[in-house]
Amino acid sequence: MSTIDSPLRHRSRLDPEPVPRRDFLGLAALWSAATALGFAALGALRLPKAAVLPSPSKKFRVQLPESLPPGQAFVPRGRAVAIFRDGGGVFAVSTVCTHLGCIVKPTPHGFDCPCHGSKFALDGSVVRGPAPAPLRWLAVTASGGEIVVDEGTTVPAGTRAAV
Amino acid sequence: MSGSAPAGGLQQLLANLRVAPRRLRETMFRSGPPVSDRARASFIFGNVFLHLHPARVHRWSLRWSTTWGLGIVALSAFLVTLITGVLLMFYYKPYPDVAYESIKNIHFVVPTGRFMRNIHRWAAHLMVVAVLAHMARVFYTAAYRRPREFNWLVGMALLVTTLGLSFSGYLLPWDQLAYWAITIGANIAQSPREVTDALGITAFFDPGGLNKVLLLGAEEVGQEALIRFYLFHVMLLPLVLVALLAVHFWRIRKDGGLARPDDATQRLGPPHPATYPVFTEAPQKTYHLAAIVRGRTPAVGNGPEGTVPAMPHLLYAELALFMLTVGICLALAVLFDAPLKEVANPAVPENPAKAPWYFLGLQELVSFSAFMGGIGIPTIVLVGLGLIPYLDREETGSGEWFGGPGGGRVVAGAALFGLLSAVAIEAFAIRFGWVRQWWPAAPQLLITAFNPGTVLTAVYAAYSLWLVRRYASTRAGALGLFTCFLAGFLVLTVIGTYFRGPNWEFYWSPAQWPGH
Repeated sequence: MSTIDSPLRHRSRLDPEPVPRRDFLGLAALWSAATALGFAALGALRLPKAAVLPSPSKKFRVQLPESLPPGQAFVPRGRAVAIFRDGGGVFAVSTVCTHLGCIVKPTPHGFDCPCHGSKFALDGSVVRGPAPAPLRWLAVTASGGEIVVDEGTTVPAGTRAAV
Repeated sequence: MSGSAPAGGLQQLLANLRVAPRRLRETMFRSGPPVSDRARASFIFGNVFLHLHPARVHRWSLRWSTTWGLGIVALSAFLVTLITGVLLMFYYKPYPDVAYESIKNIHFVVPTGRFMRNIHRWAAHLMVVAVLAHMARVFYTAAYRRPREFNWLVGMALLVTTLGLSFSGYLLPWDQLAYWAITIGANIAQSPREVTDALGITAFFDPGGLNKVLLLGAEEVGQEALIRFYLFHVMLLPLVLVALLAVHFWRIRKDGGLARPDDATQRLGPPHPATYPVFTEAPQKTYHLAAIVRGRTPAVGNGPEGTVPAMPHLLYAELALFMLTVGICLALAVLFDAPLKEVANPAVPENPAKAPWYFLGLQELVSFSAFMGGIGIPTIVLVGLGLIPYLDREETGSGEWFGGPGGGRVVAGAALFGLLSAVAIEAFAIRFGWVRQWWPAAPQLLITAFNPGTVLTAVYAAYSLWLVRRYASTRAGALGLFTCFLAGFLVLTVIGTYFRGPNWEFYWSPAQWPGH
C-alpha cells in the first residue's frame, strides 16, 4: 500500500480525489461509446431531410378569357391561383389559405376557407378567422396574349402587371 | 437405452416414435396441466407469452369496477388492428396514383377484404376510446401515485402513439379526407411559423419549416409524404407502441400490481366459494427474490394475502375481454362500412373538411389559432397531465373511484363548470366573433396568445388552483383540472361534429347547411 500511495502523501485536502486507473478507463470507454453512438444517431437522423426536395415547376402560362369583369376571379383549371383584371392591370392571388393550407374559394366579397372558417377580402387581407397572414400576391408577367404566373414568387399586395 | 441389446435397437426406435407426440407436448410446455396451486403458478411463469402476468393476483384487481377491463380492451383492439392490418398489407399500395384503387380493390374485389378493412377501422376507433377511458379510470382511481408515477408517463406516451397511428392510418386511402388531413397535419407541424413569422425570425430559426419537410419529404403533399406516413403507420409507430407496451405491462407488476386501498381485503369480505384457493396466511415464511435484493419493492414485507391464482381467474377474465372486443369489432364491421370518399383532389377541399371524431376537438381549437390549437394547448395539456403524479403526493383515496379530498362532489362540480365555461366561451365567440373581427389590424401574436382556446385553458387552470386552495389538497385540484379538460374535450368535439357546417360556420343542424 505504502508504495502505491507514496506520491499522494503530499496531497492537499483541496486536491481532487485520485481516480483509480480502472475506473478512468471504464469511464473513458463509456464516454467514447456514448459519443460514437450519439454521432451515429445524428447521422441517421440527417437522412430523412433530403438535400433536394422534389417540387413541380411553379410557373405556368395561362390565357385569360376575353371578358373578365373587375372583381371577378379567374381560376385556371387545377391551379390554386385566382387571377383578376381591373383598370390597373392583371394580378394573381394565391388561394392557398395561410392558416393550414386549404384552398380558399373566391366569392363576390373575397375568399372563404372551407376548413377552419378564415375569410379574406378581395385584396387577400384577413377579415376574420384564424389565418395569421393575408393571402399571397403572386408575380405576374404579361407576354403577348398570355400571362405567366409564378407561384414561387410573392410580390407586395397591389402589384399589377399592365396588359 | 444403452443397456438394451443391439437387436432391440429397431424396437426402441419404434417405441420412441410412438411416444414422440407426447414427448413433444411435454417439452413444449414446461409444466403439467394447471391442476394444483403450484402447477397453476408455473403455468404462468413457465410460458413466455404469459409470464408478464403475476402468478397470483389480488381479488381487488379482479373486480369489474376496479378497471372495467379497459386496458385489456385497448390491448385487444390493438391486436385486432395488428392482424387485420397485416392482411390489408397484402393488397394496399402506397403510391398516390394507385393507393385509392387498391383500397377500392380491397373493398369490392378481395374476398373478405371489405370485412377486414371494416374490422381494422372499428378496432382502431375502439382502441382510441379504450385508451382514453383507461386513462380516465387510472386518473379517477388515483392509481398514478407512488410507485406508479412513471407508468402514468408511459401510458401518456401510449396515448400519443395511438393517436399517431390513427392519424397516419386514415391518410393511406388517398381520398379527399386523407389528402386534406395530410395537408392540414403538415401545416399544423409547420405552425410554429405563426410565432416565428410574427417575431420576424423565420429566416434564421424555422422549426416549423423543418417539421413540415421531415413529415412530407417534399415541398408539397405527394408521393414522398404518402410513403412516409405508410412507414409510420405500418412500421415505426407499431414498433414504438409494442416497446412502450412491454414497459407498461412490466411496470404494472414491478410497481406491485393494480392500486388498491389498504383495507381492500377486509372490504371484499369472504370470497365466493367457487374461487380457487385464496391465500389467507403464510404457513411458513418464504422469501422470493424481491425480499433479498436491495431496494424498495412493493412486495417486500407482504405475503400474498387475499390473492387468488392468476390461472384461471385473471386469464379467463382477459380472454373474456378479448372475445368481447373482437365481438364488438365484428358486429360494427357487419353493420357499418368504413368510409371511402372521392379520390383526392388537390384543387378543391371538401366543404366542410372534417377529421375523424377524436380530432374534431383539435380542429375546433386550430380554428382559433393554428399554433396554439395544434401545438401549444396540446403541449400544455400533456405537460399538465404528466406533472399530476409528481404534484399529487397525497395518500388518501388511492385505488378508489374519485378518491381524495372532495371526491365525487369535486368531480361533479368540475364537470358542470367545465361544460358550462366551454359552452359559454364558444357561444360568445360564435355570437360576437373574436379579436380579428373587432380590430382587423390586430397583431398576430395577440390572437395566438389570446383566443377562445387559450382563454378556456386559463379558466380551467384558475378553477383548479382555486380547488387546491379551497380543499388544501393537490388531488382536489387535479380532479378538477382533469374533469374540466374531459368536459372541454367533449364540448369541442360535439361542436366540431354536429354544429359546424360549410366554411366551419356554426349551424344548429346539418339541415340548415346552404346547398352547394
